[in-house]
Amino acid sequence: MLDTIGVERVDALFADIPKEFRDPGLNLPPPLSELELKRELQRLAAKNASGDEWGYFLGGGAYRHFIPGVVWNLVKRSEFLTAYTPYQPEISQGVLQASYEFQTLCCQLLNMEVANVGMYDGATAFAEAALMACRLTKRAKVRALATVSPRYIAVLETYAVPQGVEVEVVETATAAGGPEIACLLAQSPNFSGAMEDLDRLGKATHSHGSLLVVATDPIAMGLFKPPGDYGADIAVAEGQPLGVPMSFGGPYVGIFTCKASHVRQMPGRIVGKTVDGQGKTGYVLTLQTREQHIRRERATSNICTSETLIAIANAVYMAALGKWGMRRVAELCYHKAHYAAAQIAKIPGYAIATEGVFFKEFAVTCPAAPSEINKALRARKIVGGLDISSPGTPNRMLVCVTEVNTKAEIDSLIEGLREAADGR
Amino acid sequence: MEDKRRLLMDRSQPGRRGTTLPECDVPEAALPERRYLRDDLPMPEVSEPEIVRYFTHLSQLNYGVDTGFYPLGSCTMKYNPKLHEDAASYPGFASIHPLLDGELSQGALQLMHELQQMLAEIAGLHRCSLPPVAGAHGEYAGMQVIRAALRAKGQGHRKTVIIPDSAHGTNPATAAMCGFQVVSVPADGDGNMNLGRLQEALATGDVVALMITLPSTLGLFDRNIVEICRMVHMAGGYVYGDGANFNALLGRVKMGQLGFDVVHMNLHKTFTTPHGGGGPGSGAISVSRELAPFCATPVVTLRNGRYQLETPDKSFGRISTFHGNFGNLVRAYCYIRMLGAAGLREVSGNAVLHANYVQAKLKATYGLAYDRRCMHEVVFSPTHLKRHGVRALDVAKRLIDYGYHPPTMYFPLVVEEALMVEPTETETKETLDAFIEAMEQIAKEAAATPALLHEAPHHAPVGRLDEARAARQPDLRWRGGRKPA
Repeated sequence: MLDTIGVERVDALFADIPKEFRDPGLNLPPPLSELELKRELQRLAAKNASGDEWGYFLGGGAYRHFIPGVVWNLVKRSEFLTAYTPYQPEISQGVLQASYEFQTLCCQLLNMEVANVGMYDGATAFAEAALMACRLTKRAKVRALATVSPRYIAVLETYAVPQGVEVEVVETATAAGGPEIACLLAQSPNFSGAMEDLDRLGKATHSHGSLLVVATDPIAMGLFKPPGDYGADIAVAEGQPLGVPMSFGGPYVGIFTCKASHVRQMPGRIVGKTVDGQGKTGYVLTLQTREQHIRRERATSNICTSETLIAIANAVYMAALGKWGMRRVAELCYHKAHYAAAQIAKIPGYAIATEGVFFKEFAVTCPAAPSEINKALRARKIVGGLDISSPGTPNRMLVCVTEVNTKAEIDSLIEGLREAADGR
Repeated sequence: MEDKRRLLMDRSQPGRRGTTLPECDVPEAALPERRYLRDDLPMPEVSEPEIVRYFTHLSQLNYGVDTGFYPLGSCTMKYNPKLHEDAASYPGFASIHPLLDGELSQGALQLMHELQQMLAEIAGLHRCSLPPVAGAHGEYAGMQVIRAALRAKGQGHRKTVIIPDSAHGTNPATAAMCGFQVVSVPADGDGNMNLGRLQEALATGDVVALMITLPSTLGLFDRNIVEICRMVHMAGGYVYGDGANFNALLGRVKMGQLGFDVVHMNLHKTFTTPHGGGGPGSGAISVSRELAPFCATPVVTLRNGRYQLETPDKSFGRISTFHGNFGNLVRAYCYIRMLGAAGLREVSGNAVLHANYVQAKLKATYGLAYDRRCMHEVVFSPTHLKRHGVRALDVAKRLIDYGYHPPTMYFPLVVEEALMVEPTETETKETLDAFIEAMEQIAKEAAATPALLHEAPHHAPVGRLDEARAARQPDLRWRGGRKPA
């Protein structure tokens, strides 16, 4: 090859790099063989408390749910795994059709009209929904309920402020739209696990010409009324619960759906159905004039590479669970969470702090700091709930129970909580 | 004949199930009142074997790096080692919650900390930040860091971001998302940035940053890069490096030493995390000492022998729900640990060698945008084929018939009839020669039988699809035969 190019050494191909900066040397650990590397990784992995070995009661945005074997056996097929974004539709029909299935199933689940192939995760979908609402209404102020996940609010603020969009965090009970408000952003189930009164919020928002944005838990949709039933204009969700491992925070996918009339302001990739010259059905990336590679600084978002493989995992999960399984998983979460809550409420010193209807998470007021209680639970190989204490609400723990938690695991948690209270 | 591509909702039959679930082992609670509950759950009812056959069939309609040669320019479609996939699936990595107490996640935090250090070393910068989950997300994080630093210096009024006209669309889109205005600068006759035009753009006095890809999207290393960085710094701006093409530079140069202040690296390109048909990616950024306090939350620190998540002092905030695409961080970590310094340097050597070989072999037939040695990718400009009525698009589609994924086409936008070929380092000479031969053959076909190219591909699951119809009458989901809204 060097002869064909007309150079003597590979290094000569780097002649455009100024000489004084060429070959600086890298200070990196010495290379490992595959076997050595495998051992090293297994050693690091073994230091972490895996949800396969520990009882988990930790949620707050990522969840331990059951993943049927069929999901990753299919998704990891090389042809999906090692493809790029489907810019050449003729040899990308697999990813494209699977993406169309994802869009369909997200719409069916949330009762929304259209979906894209996904954003990075729940929080970025939430933030992009707010920006989209501003474009649609030509208003520059958004309101988020105080009961939304603090992480979602933080990402919303990151995305909104540089664009001159003002974020107001408001009390849920009295929240409403307003003549200058682009949208009201709610999360239901909210950060404390409770279902919001979306009926009231929808009416109080739309009467001012503001849009309703709802973030939800896709697993709750097996049981609860979906955002579309409340007239949500944009509905988003963290896709992780739908067949995606927790993986210490990612990769996940942000489900993003809206009303059909709003589709041209939607960010992200969208797949559409069409035909080839022979009239044969096929799928393509469509409505691309919204996107950065065509519209550049006037695009609806800068998003390019997103989370397509995770979206396909969501689609296979929703297919495998189906009508029966989606309902069943939701019921199991509901019953187990309510069993756990009822037992915890009986322990002296503990009280359930979440009011109203809740799904799989609930806040608990504890007799001691959650960090101390969780430390005590470790002896039982239990990962306790999330510490959500604040100056106004000290000793507060967010407990999450899913279909994966057995009765024995829940009973062990109850025992552990009792001991932690007694041991003080 | 059975339609193997029938959609899930069309396959649905009442009562079919694709999984099993345990009985409820706790006393059932009363369900909430009816107004909270949904009436209907219109999800498909299909069996597991049907799902397996359906998605297996779909996968067979798709082309990936494991299927064959994938010279998609600026996308670095290299081979993705299989150990990396296994490692990311270890329960100690895949089944751990992001909000686990630090005591229960020391292994994951250690891996992230070491990766931060290795990536910062490779970039030649002070600190690395792992939360960005894609290239464009890395750009966004990097420009937010710069925005925060300028505001801290009382320079928050600055508005102009300078971007070469050959840049990826994500660069101007990112600048706009950060509230900045974009000024575009062209290349000179050699493919380097036009310094006169850069000087003019800098003269406005309100420059935030230059966003520049190195090597450029023309596949060229800008010979004036050190001078360019100096000029931008003199004007009070920062230099943002888009590392989409960093595969060309691994171990050959440290971007921080050239004068870059922020650089993002696409772990899903350079560091072999598979692209998944459009993600997940990972767009870690490395920044200078001055900019380190402004990075996104969280970073991993090592204090008193314990790894922990921390928010940098003057952090601009949070950009994703948790700490980034950890699964991809595991894969990138594997890659660097397996290759070491010498191995990484060999990667860039072979990547650049392969691109120059393809360039040398095909430049007479396909014509070059800039006739000089390239880095890891080569941009052809076969404008002469137009006399046969053949476009770059036709060449690309005909390559599918020869069993290849086409190169990137019509990008960069500033090159007429662009065909951008990035062979990567993981291909053999035999593969490159066979591809070169196919390209030569297609050039002959273009002259002799142009219709063959116009109608290509002939051997794909579908022919050229009607994209205008897809956009005009959007059909974006199954509707059971009902008309789209």
